Amino acid sequence: MTRDQMTDPDSRTDNQATDGGRESLANNDLEGSDPTTDPLVDSSIDVDKSAAPSGSESRTVIESRDLDVFYDDVQALQSVDIDIPAEQVTAIIGPSGCGKSTFLRCINRMNDLVDAARVDGELLFEGKNVYDDDVDPVVLRRKIGMVFQAPNPFPKSIYDNVTYGLDVQGVDGDYDEIVEDALRRAALWDEVKDQLDSSGLDLSGGQQQRLCIARAIAPDPDVILMDEPASALDPVATSKIEDLIEDLAEEYTVVIVTHNMQQAARISDKTAVFLTGGELVEFDDTDKIFENPEHDRVEDYITGKFG
Amino acid sequence: MSERSIDVDLTRSSSGQVVKERIYKWLLFACAALTVFVTVAIIYTLARDAITFFDLVPAAEFFTETEWFVRGDGGNFGVWPLVSATLIITVVSAMVAVPTGVAAAVYLSEYATDRMRSVLKPALEILAGIPTVVYGYLALVYLTPALQAIGIPVGTFNLLSASIMVGIMIIPMVSSLSEDAMSSVPDSLRQAGYGMGATKYEVSTGIVIPAAISGIFSSFILALSRAIGETMIVVMAAGLRPRMFNFSNPLNNLLSSGQPMTAGMVNAVTSDATGGSATYLSMFALGLTLFVITFAMNLASDFVAARYQEEYQ
Ligand SMILES: Nc1ncnc2c1ncn2[C@@H]1O[C@H](COP(=O)(O)OP(=O)(O)OP(=O)(O)O)[C@@H](O)[C@H]1O
Ligand SMILES: [Mg+2]
Repeated sequence: MTRDQMTDPDSRTDNQATDGGRESLANNDLEGSDPTTDPLVDSSIDVDKSAAPSGSESRTVIESRDLDVFYDDVQALQSVDIDIPAEQVTAIIGPSGCGKSTFLRCINRMNDLVDAARVDGELLFEGKNVYDDDVDPVVLRRKIGMVFQAPNPFPKSIYDNVTYGLDVQGVDGDYDEIVEDALRRAALWDEVKDQLDSSGLDLSGGQQQRLCIARAIAPDPDVILMDEPASALDPVATSKIEDLIEDLAEEYTVVIVTHNMQQAARISDKTAVFLTGGELVEFDDTDKIFENPEHDRVEDYITGKFG
Repeated sequence: MSERSIDVDLTRSSSGQVVKERIYKWLLFACAALTVFVTVAIIYTLARDAITFFDLVPAAEFFTETEWFVRGDGGNFGVWPLVSATLIITVVSAMVAVPTGVAAAVYLSEYATDRMRSVLKPALEILAGIPTVVYGYLALVYLTPALQAIGIPVGTFNLLSASIMVGIMIIPMVSSLSEDAMSSVPDSLRQAGYGMGATKYEVSTGIVIPAAISGIFSSFILALSRAIGETMIVVMAAGLRPRMFNFSNPLNNLLSSGQPMTAGMVNAVTSDATGGSATYLSMFALGLTLFVITFAMNLASDFVAARYQEEYQ
């Protein structure tokens, strides 16, 4: 999506959602300053009430229908149906090995790189099944950026890391400006603006991860997939990345895998709970999932009684 | 717990262990030292006999004159015809081996399926194991006539055919060492590239090769050192007539015969020159010159590799 399209009248619903997001950010600040206004039931998990109001209907960007994934003969996802809304944060949680990463890799067809993987069913992106024969995964991945669990900057300069996507995608424009913008949005600009020519590997782990986020947003994809982007980071770096994710959701659709319930509760609008066996057990507004889940198994998992 | 920690014994159980460790250390050191000793010894003998040679033949003649001919124990010993033939062979064989070897390495490391790889890698190893005399024979008996058949006016003995064959000989070296370097580039970098919407070719050339560049350069160094030192192929296919590089018609140099430095050494040792004569000792002067060239090349390549490498760890 180009920046122009973002103000396109056709995407009015998205703009509303975006505005909602902005207002709520302001609310969030208020809440932060006065903790007594927080009426939440479960004190151990602080649900971010401020995120897009529940029930607000947002356009669906990613939709899976009866999605199965097999690694050789082992089934990793079972008949997953999900509708991921545009310009919101959707969190995917669940125990280790339940297929969270597998699902994420289905969306941008990174599973194509795994020889053993086989996908059945449909995964629709903007209504188009990405597993159709006429879909080029390279084109798909240009619309859907990805941030990996462990930071993996290229052994190139910080600048070249951010411009990599622009180069391969043949984006024209003022690269200096785009680099600055992406690094600012990734909350990294102030730390690296004087060393853009030094290697991305000279940064700390948290900075590297923010560099990877800048790299992913620089070519301006529609969707950003994040696979436990903060799992290797300390609390300060984690909270920077969480803030960043909330900001990103004003313009992008974000799907994030996380092992951290508090994190899911804090930053996401919708939460999908996968449980062992690759089953999507419950998918709903984040508040609903954390306050009043429909399934006992989900409640057990969230409260830590699970396995 | 606490009662244990009181009488915990931190002293060494036996002094035998210490002695053993010391023996291991010295044994390992001796092996490392042996390689250094052999290298030093080689340089020493080369240098000593080369110095004797320069007592008989002025250094100025050796290093500046452009004519090399041997007649009995004497002759004229201007090294440039031999150096120029060596350089031609090195450059042309690099032109054959570097692109082919790197392309093969990219294929093996990035494109090939496991099954393909399990067929191709042993095939390359076999290629690397063929004795060079066989390559020399192939160059003389098949490649040269084939070049003539497609209209390239090469002589029976010529540098072109020898160079191409030397190039083919060193392909496995370039490709297998480069492939090792490329395979050890972490997969997470490829994933990052594909995730950005890069094609396989873009990932291979823009991410994997730069990340592996220092290993790839080392493969060039080793392979070209091999090419410079290659003897059998050139003796068989390039002829034994020293010929100075003709600057007015550079390509013609490839078509005619020539004698690189290694072949010059073979000639010196197989001629009926008596030991201690200038002809015989020219072998050592040539050997030392070759050594210096190879050494300088290694230094230069190390420098280049250090400059351009993109470390990923
Ligand atoms: N490349 C692969 N080859 C074979 N099996 C795989 C592969 N990747 C994942 N699996 C299997 O698929 C299942 C789901 O794995 P996946 O990586 O999606 O789990 P996950 O929910 O992301 O776990 P974690 O939270 O530990 O990252 C696991 O049982 C795993 O063993
Ligand atoms: Mg995972």
